[in-house]
Amino acid sequence: MILSEQKPFEEILGYLERDKSVFILGCNGCAQSSGSGGPKQVEEMKKKLTEAGKKVTGTKVIDFLCGKALVKSGLRGKVDLVAAADAVLVLTCGIGVQAVAAAINKPVYPGCNTVNLGGSRGEWEGSERCDECGQCLLYYTGGICPITACTKSLVSGACGGANKGKCEVSQDRDCGWELIYNRLKARGQLDRLADMLKPLDHKKIMPRPEMMSTSRYALENLDQEVKAK
Amino acid sequence: MSLQSKLESGKFALSCEFGPLKGTDTAEIKENIEILKGKVDAANVTDQQSSVMRLGSLVTSALCVQGGLEPIFQMTCRDRNRIALQSDLLGAWVLGIKNVLALTGDLPSLGDHPQAKGVFDLDSVTLLQAITRLNEGFDMVGNELHGKPNFFAGAVVKVDSNTEASAEMQIYKFEKKIAAGAKFFQTQAVYDAGTFARFMKRVEKFKVPVMAGIIPLKNAGMAKFMNANVAGVHVPDDLIQKMSAAAKEDREKTGIQIAADLIQQMKPMCQGVHIMAIGWEKKVPSIIQAAGL
Repeated sequence: MILSEQKPFEEILGYLERDKSVFILGCNGCAQSSGSGGPKQVEEMKKKLTEAGKKVTGTKVIDFLCGKALVKSGLRGKVDLVAAADAVLVLTCGIGVQAVAAAINKPVYPGCNTVNLGGSRGEWEGSERCDECGQCLLYYTGGICPITACTKSLVSGACGGANKGKCEVSQDRDCGWELIYNRLKARGQLDRLADMLKPLDHKKIMPRPEMMSTSRYALENLDQEVKAK
Repeated sequence: MSLQSKLESGKFALSCEFGPLKGTDTAEIKENIEILKGKVDAANVTDQQSSVMRLGSLVTSALCVQGGLEPIFQMTCRDRNRIALQSDLLGAWVLGIKNVLALTGDLPSLGDHPQAKGVFDLDSVTLLQAITRLNEGFDMVGNELHGKPNFFAGAVVKVDSNTEASAEMQIYKFEKKIAAGAKFFQTQAVYDAGTFARFMKRVEKFKVPVMAGIIPLKNAGMAKFMNANVAGVHVPDDLIQKMSAAAKEDREKTGIQIAADLIQQMKPMCQGVHIMAIGWEKKVPSIIQAAGL
């Protein structure tokens, strides 16, 4: 299970400022249980965006958005509606947004932040795609995460160390920012690279205190408490 | 005349750089300061260059101030978080350091302590924003300072890239660095005036001084090594041939002459040069002389 929460609506509208029409994608997996991207939230988002003057060409809630293949098969029958939109808004975790951005040749924006659960993951095992930073930047990077794709997790662009497209740290590793550049170029979104970002908020990249007061934590520490008594 | 007044008044500026050694012996630093002062406008002091642990750039920059050589305090984001970076900046100003060069920094895995954690809490752009904010009298979160610095902040740029993505992103980042507060740039080493001219054509509209990077060649092997391993550095074949053709006793002279020629070719296109001698600090005066500066 991955926990996500919707970004403030004004922030989402900001991502869409260059776009007139949008297709909304939700996820019936973790995002539905998180209350951030299930059928109900997708309908609400459609209403709010329409009221804000955006044309919503269509919506779809897919059972899982964890991989490209799931996205592609889940969108069967909706291809025309996706094609008619300027951009796609995805209400799910960072892994889902990246899967959609890899599968659809359109600007793809995250509608949610992925909350740090301190190691508990969903169906996608490993943190190489989403580090649960709680401040999703995928709107600005063509749907490729700079936190996980760049060795230094840089948010302001490439460092200058890449050689022939490979990271200076290893010839096996692509420069994350070159992948981002090429994706943005292919989608006609290179102007995004000029956006000035604030430094990351590392407070959001830690599990919240309330996450550590679950029954699992309580059971784990039970013997100590008993001993103390 | 300070580096800042020189660049701001449109005069051609000259900087060099040296890296502190590993240990507490400062004899060589003091010797270099004596040789370089009066010859260059300012000297960069590298910050744990190539992620190799050594005496720090803050302390060495302060030694430069004491010795009468204007330092350019290089600051990377590799080893310090935003609290330490801001605090060291305040410290630098208190010690009389006026110039700061903001860099992201190499990864620790490339240096002599590959086990170390890379910090990268900020990067070159956000560090410049922090410097600008301190200059205005506030820290990064808006708390007011008691006494504020007035740093002359600079940044670096890579002139030559071997992919379109890398080249274009250097330009985007160049612009971002200016927006964040960079007042001058130093470039990665350049060995081809044509490449440099094409780069300058693209950035001249920003009207920010650019100092062309020069690394004198010591031998052909060094050129080949840089071509294979250093991003953004490309030594053309004819220069490599010149170095291999030179007899052993003439190599130094040839390397210095190539550097001097490059400086002369690039001088009309930019606002200064930055000589990175890498161990040849004592030969910087001969390069300057050969270039007729």
